[in-house]
Amino acid sequence: MAKVNVTGIADQLKACGITHVVWVPDSELGALERHLDPGIHLVRACREGEAMAIAAGLLLGGARPVVVCQCTGFFEAGDAFRNVVKDLGLPLFLVVGHRGAMALAAGKGRDSAARYLEPILKAWELEYRALGPDDSPSIIGEWYAETRRRGIAGAIVVAE
Amino acid sequence: MRTEDCLRELARHRTDEVVIAAMTSAVLWPTLSGHPRDLIYVPSTMGGAPGLGLGIAMARPDLHVVVLNGDGSMLMNLGSLVTIGEQAPPNLLLIVFDNGLYAVTGGQVTPGAGRIDFAAMAAAAGWPGAHCFAELSAWAGAAPGLLAARGPVFVQLKVDPAPGSISPPSVPMTERLARLRAAVDG
Repeated sequence: MAKVNVTGIADQLKACGITHVVWVPDSELGALERHLDPGIHLVRACREGEAMAIAAGLLLGGARPVVVCQCTGFFEAGDAFRNVVKDLGLPLFLVVGHRGAMALAAGKGRDSAARYLEPILKAWELEYRALGPDDSPSIIGEWYAETRRRGIAGAIVVAE
Repeated sequence: MRTEDCLRELARHRTDEVVIAAMTSAVLWPTLSGHPRDLIYVPSTMGGAPGLGLGIAMARPDLHVVVLNGDGSMLMNLGSLVTIGEQAPPNLLLIVFDNGLYAVTGGQVTPGAGRIDFAAMAAAAGWPGAHCFAELSAWAGAAPGLLAARGPVFVQLKVDPAPGSISPPSVPMTERLARLRAAVDG
């Protein structure tokens, strides 16, 4: 099965001018740590809801953070996400690992985490773009630029 | 000691710090301060105030950030002590008002009420400064120095149980954030 293109993601984060990656790593996106540009500050959060709050503070301070987590952590962080995006109105940007997505696409998936993500993204009114194993990582830069132009929150959903 | 008396001491010595007030403090702090660098964090995500403060402190090392948190909120996100301990922002002061209650929901008892040594937890998580005060005079004497100290500094204030309630300020959050941004960018 194809692997996540973490070097492509790292290059895109640098090209976007990301200042901070606030994350709880998962088994696929975790490899990003070795490829992050040294100019990007890595903030290791203890849980994903905390990562959302930290990113909110960074945004208020004028930085350009991205939250990186697995979809399971995104589920856990629901109230923090709601507060940052809906109450505070901040343009949070996330890279979310879609656990089990490739198996699901191949008709082999039984992981509820894979099935739950897209309905939850829609229910929580978070616009997103999917990044599959054969897609160009440039989707990240294009979507990040669009979210900033529109002043909205957005996510890149990375098939795992 | 009473929460409002502790806050009054803080207000006496506060100068130009960003102050993020959550839960009970969000109700009381506006009665003591109308500073443009105040952020009354209501509605909030419970437990989110330390992370919010950490983010501002990291993005703006030229500012000093004070977070006023409740003990129930601290319990909900204890890991933030570890995260902040690792990032070690020198410009962050976190104050936890420990009354052993979920005050704003009617005064239900928190887990471990009265037995939790938050300051010891912060110290164990690597905070260079971690303090606990149970007497107002001691807090009043220490507050000026702790506001000026190199952080991150953690303060646990053991305050009297006092159930309360909370409601969003009349000024919308978007306007409060705009005021804060103008105050720190000006």
